[in-house]
Amino acid sequence: MSHRRFGLLLAFSVLFAIPPAYAQAPTGKVTVVTSYSKDVTDPIKKAFEAATPGVTLEVQNRNTNAGVKYLDETKANNQVDLFWASAPDAFEVLKAKNLLEHYTPKATGIPEKIGQFPINDPKGYYFGFAASGYGIMWNERYVKAKKLPEPKEWGDLATAPYYDHVSMATPSRSGTTHLTLEAILQGEGWDKGWGTIKAMAGNFRTVTERSFGVPEAVNSGEVGYGVVIDFFAFSAQASGFPVKFVYPTVTTIVPANVAIVAHAPNKTAAESFIEFLLSPTGQEVLFAPGIRRLPVNPAVYAKAPPDYPNPFKDPRLNGMVKFDVEKSEVRNGVVDALFDQIVSFQLDSLKASTKAIHETEAALAKKDNAQARALLKQARELINAMPVNEATASAKETTGAFTGSKQKGARQAELEQQWAAFAKEHCAQAKAKAEEALKLAR
Amino acid sequence: MAMTWRASQSRLSATPGQVMLALGIALFLALFLIWPTATVIWVAFTEKGSSTFTLVNFLDFVRTDLFVRSFWNSFYVSAMAVVCASVLALPLAYITSRFTFRGAVLIQTLGFLPLIMPPFVGAVAMQLFFGRNGSINLLLDDWLGFKIAFMDGLNGVIFVQAIHYFPFILINLSAGLRNIDSAMEEAAQNLGASGFRLFRRIVFPLAMPGYVAGASLVFVKVFDDLATPLLLNVKDMLAPQAYLRVTSIGITDPMGYVISVVLIVASVAAIALSALATRGTDYATVQRGGGGLARRELRPWESVLAYAVVTLILLLVLAPHAGLLLLSFATIWSFSPLPDSYTVAHYARIFGESSLYIKNTLVYASLAGLIDVVIGTAIAYLVLRTRLIGRTALDWAASAALAIPGIVLGIGYLRAFYGVQLWDGTPLATLWIVIVLALAIRRLPYALRSCYAALQQISVSLEEAAENLGATKARTVRRIVVPLMTGGILAGFVTSFATAAVELSATLMLVQSNSDAPLSYGLYVFMQSAAGRGPGAALGVIAVLLVAACTILSHIIIERGRAAAESRH
Repeated sequence: MSHRRFGLLLAFSVLFAIPPAYAQAPTGKVTVVTSYSKDVTDPIKKAFEAATPGVTLEVQNRNTNAGVKYLDETKANNQVDLFWASAPDAFEVLKAKNLLEHYTPKATGIPEKIGQFPINDPKGYYFGFAASGYGIMWNERYVKAKKLPEPKEWGDLATAPYYDHVSMATPSRSGTTHLTLEAILQGEGWDKGWGTIKAMAGNFRTVTERSFGVPEAVNSGEVGYGVVIDFFAFSAQASGFPVKFVYPTVTTIVPANVAIVAHAPNKTAAESFIEFLLSPTGQEVLFAPGIRRLPVNPAVYAKAPPDYPNPFKDPRLNGMVKFDVEKSEVRNGVVDALFDQIVSFQLDSLKASTKAIHETEAALAKKDNAQARALLKQARELINAMPVNEATASAKETTGAFTGSKQKGARQAELEQQWAAFAKEHCAQAKAKAEEALKLAR
Repeated sequence: MAMTWRASQSRLSATPGQVMLALGIALFLALFLIWPTATVIWVAFTEKGSSTFTLVNFLDFVRTDLFVRSFWNSFYVSAMAVVCASVLALPLAYITSRFTFRGAVLIQTLGFLPLIMPPFVGAVAMQLFFGRNGSINLLLDDWLGFKIAFMDGLNGVIFVQAIHYFPFILINLSAGLRNIDSAMEEAAQNLGASGFRLFRRIVFPLAMPGYVAGASLVFVKVFDDLATPLLLNVKDMLAPQAYLRVTSIGITDPMGYVISVVLIVASVAAIALSALATRGTDYATVQRGGGGLARRELRPWESVLAYAVVTLILLLVLAPHAGLLLLSFATIWSFSPLPDSYTVAHYARIFGESSLYIKNTLVYASLAGLIDVVIGTAIAYLVLRTRLIGRTALDWAASAALAIPGIVLGIGYLRAFYGVQLWDGTPLATLWIVIVLALAIRRLPYALRSCYAALQQISVSLEEAAENLGATKARTVRRIVVPLMTGGILAGFVTSFATAAVELSATLMLVQSNSDAPLSYGLYVFMQSAAGRGPGAALGVIAVLLVAACTILSHIIIERGRAAAESRH
């Protein structure tokens, strides 16, 4: 309130009062909009303010979506200096709306890529300060009580024992989940990739609408397994929850980012915050138990706690195929909407057909039947069928429906209804086939 | 009676003061409700690519299976939630208002608590208690070998919503019961009615406005609520669909706003229907001498039964709060009926910052509550006592606020007020008073319904008497109407205050700095990490205690007022 305005006034007066030679030294208040929790922001704020005397970091917590909307709505009279969040797609949206400021960090020792993913935005609008890998987290008590296996690979989650025990965030709400899906689609190809995703999704208990909903449910023991980003599991372990985590052999590494907002009121201080995050001191803060992100400067791993994963050396974190950022960006909205229409909002029918397939497989394992196998194969193909192929998904007519393009064309709701109807129909047919096969196998 | 009412209505035509009042309220609603909302949802009426007016998006709505399914699901859940909430609220309201019952104030307060479920942390506590692997189901599974799916699918939503919102019925029905003149009851008794017949034919019908006010609130609130369905991962309902679409980044799709329009229309229709249901009848009773219904002594066996029923209901509806309390003292609570061990460390962690949050919450919520009862009373008066053209439009506009998703209002406020600069260049939207206004608008329907019901029960002949004795309209309102409405106004204040204290969706958009943040924002910040769960729960407990203390205080004030009124006679 008045406090704040006084602070601004003070900042301005200081800026104008001192000789120009010193005007570059950062002072005053720097405002950051972030999706990070207190556990992350508090230690970094403390370290930053200690390293940069005279600057205070004002943290505004908003979830990523709300943060993007906020910057968009307030751009006419922007009061925010920095945007700080994980999901690269949020930064892409901001960049496309010209809401970010170009900057070239001075920090040294940071390589161009982590895994296969470029650390910084190639055009220089946002910068990776940490990385995280995707993996599987599970609740030990839950798994023990229900006598369930411990997973190692993504494929494990698609097998029968995991039915109704797994949870994941929807990619339309979690930028990092989106990247994982996109990595599967690029690695395995459009059709096979969706097959893998749907086989796994058939075992889902829930598809949550926020990233933290998954570790929260695993921590409570509401679900057994969760597809999560590593630090959710590490920080849960650090707080004492009975959870375990594994990186599958092929996983994605995704950077967490920071950017200067266009027309930032305190640009000098904003730059100093980015430089701090990328400096060795700032990178080392990431080792704190409540943060547990992977630094992007390979040198600081020398000071890492024992058993800390190192994405620059660990082969599991480098196994990912080359990631085509451009391809991912073009079809971003389409992939998210597809997932929601054929998985999130069709979960009941998808699960029903998956269950029928699991049961038939169990029966076939006891007594084989060639005709039943053939039917089961058809059932799988029915589930795997996609309402759109890869070319159509990236075509302008399709993507235009999701990005509010000025051209006339199909509306999002129209396409979504088509996809949902397609998925529902195919799941019902698959279930019928699997049940027919079950009768033969018995 | 209806005849005299109609006749007297025409006599009470509008004075210039009333016209000014109506215009003032209309301006307030236009500025802080209609305009900000319109800036956001006009997209629903535009064609893709050309921005020309169209209704094709609404055609898409009815052509999409998901939306149609969501609509009927929302409708079914809301109706069933009203039924279940009534089952919980009726016994509590009846027993505590009709009988001399020890601890009535305590029960009224406790029965009110479920309304205050802090965001996020309340959900976690609820899952830990009632969830698939919550305390109850783990114990059931251990001892009896089966589980009950309390929190699965639509039935889960009905269960949680009924527990969460039944206080709306409780508080309004109780206020209604207190407003009935004991002379009516005595007359019925003299004519030979007693027991359940007396309740069914005389007492309940007279308290109908209170019940309808509460039930319509429950219906609309459940229809528009998105937190509970999302917590239970039920996405095929309207409000979650609107929320998911409005808040997805990078996607510019009108459907989220189309759903918002549908929500608003459905809510206004429900409120209008409830007004219609109570319009033809006169609920007012004239004599206020007795100060409400006579309270009867309970016979011993009745007493046992009453206590058993009350205890059972309270145990059920307060279980989430018990869970919350346990969570705030728990070290680790995971897949077990009870936490592993206990600690006070979480309270220590929040000790420093919570005082600021508490102060902000108290200031924001009480200011919002105050604005709400003033405007609520004024609208109720204009609708029920004047014949101004467009008076019901005020009622409907204010009620529509219930249906506007918080996030839409939040974005609307940024759009409408961020461009407005103060003398030193700070945007108007960054002032904390904007949060207060947003809260007041969002909680206005609660206060409005309570005030409306209270005024419905006051006979207009009292005002006519006062005016015949020479009192001006303003003086009549001040000395006769408002004092008689006190119970309803306080009920309205408490509901608005309490629910504003835990509001998050609009707040999250509007909070500009930590020093302006209310409790719910602090809670949100904690609840985004594993280590923040305990401190978040501790903050939640503080929020609940804070609101409970304020509720008890206002109940005591009501009781004092009653006692004072009775002693004067």
